[in-house]
Amino acid sequence: MGRYVARRLLQMIPVFIGTTLLIFLMVYTLPGDPVRGLFGDKGADPATLEAMRHKLGLDQPILVQYWEYMKGIVLHFDFGTQIASGRPVTDVLGDAFPVTLRLAGMAFVLEIVLGIGLGMAAGLRAGRLTDNVVLVFTLLIISIPVFVLGFIVKSVFAFQLDWIAPNVSNDATWGELIAPAVVLGSLSLAYVARLTRTTMAENLRSDYMRTAVAKGLPKRRIVGVHLMRNSLIPVVTFLGTDLGALMGGAVVTEGLFNVKGIGGTIFESIVRREGTTLVGLVTILVLVYLFMSLIVDLLYAVLDPRIRYA
Amino acid sequence: MPDVTKTAPEVEDAKAPIADPSAVVKAEKARSLWGDAWQDLRRNWYFIISAALIVLLLVIAAFPGLFTSASPTTGDLVHHFLGKPELSKIGSPEWFGYDGQGRSVYARVIHGTRASVIVGVSVTLVVTLFGGLIGMLAGYFGGWVDAVLSGFTNIFLGLPFLLGAMVVLQAFTERTILVVIFALAFLGWTQIARVMRGAVITVKQADFVQAARALGAGTSRILFRHILPNVLAPVIVVATISLGVYISAEATLSYLGLGLASPTVSWGMDISGGSSQIRVAQHILIYPSIMLSITVLAFIMLGEAVRNALDPKTR
Repeated sequence: MGRYVARRLLQMIPVFIGTTLLIFLMVYTLPGDPVRGLFGDKGADPATLEAMRHKLGLDQPILVQYWEYMKGIVLHFDFGTQIASGRPVTDVLGDAFPVTLRLAGMAFVLEIVLGIGLGMAAGLRAGRLTDNVVLVFTLLIISIPVFVLGFIVKSVFAFQLDWIAPNVSNDATWGELIAPAVVLGSLSLAYVARLTRTTMAENLRSDYMRTAVAKGLPKRRIVGVHLMRNSLIPVVTFLGTDLGALMGGAVVTEGLFNVKGIGGTIFESIVRREGTTLVGLVTILVLVYLFMSLIVDLLYAVLDPRIRYA
Repeated sequence: MPDVTKTAPEVEDAKAPIADPSAVVKAEKARSLWGDAWQDLRRNWYFIISAALIVLLLVIAAFPGLFTSASPTTGDLVHHFLGKPELSKIGSPEWFGYDGQGRSVYARVIHGTRASVIVGVSVTLVVTLFGGLIGMLAGYFGGWVDAVLSGFTNIFLGLPFLLGAMVVLQAFTERTILVVIFALAFLGWTQIARVMRGAVITVKQADFVQAARALGAGTSRILFRHILPNVLAPVIVVATISLGVYISAEATLSYLGLGLASPTVSWGMDISGGSSQIRVAQHILIYPSIMLSITVLAFIMLGEAVRNALDPKTR
């Protein structure tokens, strides 16, 4: 087990370097000049610009900049400095991350509970009314783009029924985050429900299920242990890669509900061409993604004892 | 209620004489996978509805002039956006009301179809060809080729799709349809590559591949004549479903102001424009949203139907 984890961690290094280098190259080919942007319309004399660039290290070749940046992350946990405000990116992140983490966490829990619940309800009654209702419902959710769904939720629950405030306040209490979390998690919820349904309906016909029924086990044990454990592997795979996607997807949801989280920060840094902030944020999302895929691989062994990591 | 799962047993009557001529061409040996799939699809309500919708959307995209004579880009401020849409006047410019600049919402909805369909279809084509090629080479050659290509795929997979597309788009000052297609395809090909790689690895051990090799067939012949027809099914399923997803992604990017830009008419942009008047004039936002959702729904339903027809597990 320990050796397997160590090997996986080592395998992650090239992927991590590749992805961060890719985002680095993408960001630094952006037209526009953040240094010139600092001085507004009036501008500054070329010598000042040059000195500023030198101070920020922007006059170095791109690969040298990348090397310095990675060195900073590994050695000092330094993700760079936001050029506009002069604050370290980790500080900016520290402000924005908790809200997004709560939002994504709520969406994630919703996905697991409702998604697997609906999927089970449908899969166990494959071909009957419940199944069809779940199938059509999830199909609709998948088809409606997230921002449209956000407007539907907003206009129905905020403007017509007046149950929620249309915008989340700066405190972002748990209650206020329910509506954005529903919108953020809905698409993945539908995917999880469909995935659970399909694998369950398939596994219902398997030999071990017949054996379990023939042994006279109680239904709760058959479904809860035998069926669930075997059906969850594809679902766990999906869920694992989804947490990172949720945080990325927060760009739209946070904008809709005016949540001051990482999504807004990302959007702002893209529009303002803030290379360092953007690279720092995406690097963290990539780390979350890689970490989650490791967790998923380890969960496989828990769910399916045939999978052993020596 | 159309039932996808129950269509499977009906394949039994595929022995009945095949009426459709196109099925005969595809099903040379009476019951090939494709012949079976076609028999299955013809009876599937999901397929019939989605195919009809898609044909309609393609016609709208190709000939918007057939549906409206009003211009989507020239507005007349005589038409106030607070005026209610006149739902009884089907097909007239005032059907869905007017937007803030006095442009007919109906005309914009109709003319917005083209951009969405072009982006969706082109991205899917590019992604399928490129991702398919990468996946095929990785799966067939294995070894270091696989290691390099899979590593390459994993690097792109680690980037969040929407964020990556936003960064790519920001690099272009002029955001035309072509640029949006490039941005979506740049990050979208990984899924097809993975599916293709998995399918090729399964198929390449089959006896008929060994037999072809024993007969002295070259690599390209084995790949394209023997392996490709046998791995197409999962790739087509993923490609059809992702077509809807790309249309949705384009609308999302345009909504954020990073996708298509005026004078191209795009539902995403219109929805974004209408969002500021959501409390007083909801029609500006509602109709493009409905049209967008229907389009995405049609392609995802088609993908579902094709999956059920092609996946042997549902039989």
